[in-house]
Amino acid sequence: MGFRGNLEKVLSDGKFAVTAEIGPPKGSNPNSIIEKAEILKGCADAFNVTDNQTAVVRLSSISGCFILLKMNLEPIMQISCRDRNRIALQSDVLGASAIGIRNILFITGDHQSFGNHPEAKGVYDLDSIQLIQIVKNMRDNGIFQSGDKILSGNPDIFIGGVANPFADPFEFRVDRLEKKIEAGSDFIQTQSVFNMDKFNIWMDEVRSRGLDKKVHILAGITPLKSLKMAERMKFHVPGVDIPNEIYDRMKKAKDPSKEGYMIAHDLINKVKKIKGIHGIHITALFWENIIPNLVKETRLYPRFY
Amino acid sequence: MIITTQKDFEDIISAVDYGPVFIIGCSECATICHTGGEEEVLAMKKQLEKKNINVSGSVILDPACHFLNDKRLLKNHVDEIKNAKKILVLACGNGVQTVSEIITTAEVISGTHTLFLGEIKRLGDFEKRCSLCGDCIQDLFGGLCPISRCPKEMLNGPCGGSIEGKCEINSELDCIWDIIYTRLKKRGQLQRLKEIKKPKDWSKSTEMRRIL
Repeated sequence: MGFRGNLEKVLSDGKFAVTAEIGPPKGSNPNSIIEKAEILKGCADAFNVTDNQTAVVRLSSISGCFILLKMNLEPIMQISCRDRNRIALQSDVLGASAIGIRNILFITGDHQSFGNHPEAKGVYDLDSIQLIQIVKNMRDNGIFQSGDKILSGNPDIFIGGVANPFADPFEFRVDRLEKKIEAGSDFIQTQSVFNMDKFNIWMDEVRSRGLDKKVHILAGITPLKSLKMAERMKFHVPGVDIPNEIYDRMKKAKDPSKEGYMIAHDLINKVKKIKGIHGIHITALFWENIIPNLVKETRLYPRFY
Repeated sequence: MIITTQKDFEDIISAVDYGPVFIIGCSECATICHTGGEEEVLAMKKQLEKKNINVSGSVILDPACHFLNDKRLLKNHVDEIKNAKKILVLACGNGVQTVSEIITTAEVISGTHTLFLGEIKRLGDFEKRCSLCGDCIQDLFGGLCPISRCPKEMLNGPCGGSIEGKCEINSELDCIWDIIYTRLKKRGQLQRLKEIKKPKDWSKSTEMRRIL
C-alpha cells in the first residue's frame, strides 16, 4: 500500500511516531529554520511548522514547509482558521499539496487578541472540525465546500487535528475528539501533557469507545526550559494544565532547565506505556537543540525510515 | 436593542470644531443606553456651550432610524438646522445615516460608537446577543447563539481554551459553549452537540438589498 509520507507509514506500520515542532522566525531570513532543521534531522518522522502561532506574525507555514522539503525533511503544515476564509483555506490546501506537502494539521487557532496585532479582525469563517471535513471531501471525493468539483488533482493530504484533554467541559472532550475523527482526522496531536492523571482518564474513555483504533493519537510533550516558562504556561497559556507537583519540582530545582528536561523525559516514558498512544509530538519552544538527546535517552532514536 | 457608547468628549469637540451645532438624539436605544436621550442631549448642549460652541437647537427623533418620522420631525427645526454647520447625532450608526440622508446642508457627525445588538443586564450593563447574520441557528444550540457570543464564532465548540466555564480571551467572559453544553445536558439533548455543524451560510447576511 502506498503511503503519502513518512509519518503515515510509521503510524500505519504500528510504530511509535515522533513529531517535533519548528517555529518559523519573525522575519524573512530562513536561516533559523534551516539551522533547527539540521539539528533535528533524523530525530523525528515529521516536523510541524506553525501558522502564526499565538497570533504573532511569523514567516508563513507553507513557506517554512517548502524550506524543509528542500532539505528532505517531511513537514506537517499547520493551518489555522483565524486568518483566512474558506476560499483561502481551500486554496492553500491545494497549493500545499502541489508543492509536495503531505501532512496538514488543522486548528481553529489562538485568538488574535493574544498576539502582536490585537487590533486585527479575526476571520473564523470555519472552525477546525468543519475544515477537516471539507479537506477530507476534497481529497476523497474531489469536491469543494460549495459543492463545486475539483477539476485537476485532489489534494493528497494526511489529515491532522488537535485535541485538548485538559480543557472544560471535561466530559465533552472525548465527544469532541470523536467529532474530529468523524470529520476525517487521520492523526491527532494533543495539547502538552503534564497532568498524567487527567490524561489517563481521558485515554481510558478514548479506548473504551475504540477511538484509538480509528485515529493515531500523538501525545504532546513540552520540555519546560525555566521556572518563568513553567509559570507562564501554568498561569497564562489557555488550556495548559501544569499540576502543582510539576510546578513544585521546577520551583525547587537548582537547575530548572535540567529539571524541565527530566520532567519531559519522565513524561515521555510514561506516555509510551499508555495503550492507544501512537507517538509523541515534541514542542520545545526556543529549545529545539535538546530534542536529539531527549529522543535518544528515551530510546526513540534512530527513527525507522 | 442596539448598544451604543458615547465618544470621548474631546473627540466630539474636535469633530464639531467651532460649530454652530444642532444636536440630535433618539427616543429608543440611545435613550436606554444613556447615550442620546433627552438627558444626554441636554448635557451635551451644556458641555459644548461651556466650550463656547454655539448650539443652534436640538431634537429627539422618535426613533432616529425611522426615515419618514425623521423628515417630519426635522421640518419643525428647519431654521435651527439652517444655522448649524455641524449636526451632532447621538444615536446608533443607523440613526446617523438616516439623518445624513435628510440633512445635506451641514456636516453630520456621529457622537457615539455603535457596539452590538444586545441585552440589558441592568442599568449600564449590556451583553452582545446577536450578530444579525440573517440565518438564525439558535434552535440547534438550546436558544443560545455561538456566532455572536463565541469570540471564534465556533459552531463545533468549545475550543481548547474553555476553562472552568470561562473564555480563554477574557476570564470575565463566560464561555458560551460551556453554557450551551450545560443547558443541553440539563434537557437531555447532548446528542445534538455530537452532530458536526456545517459551515455557516454567510451569503444570507451580506445581501444589502431592501427587504419588505
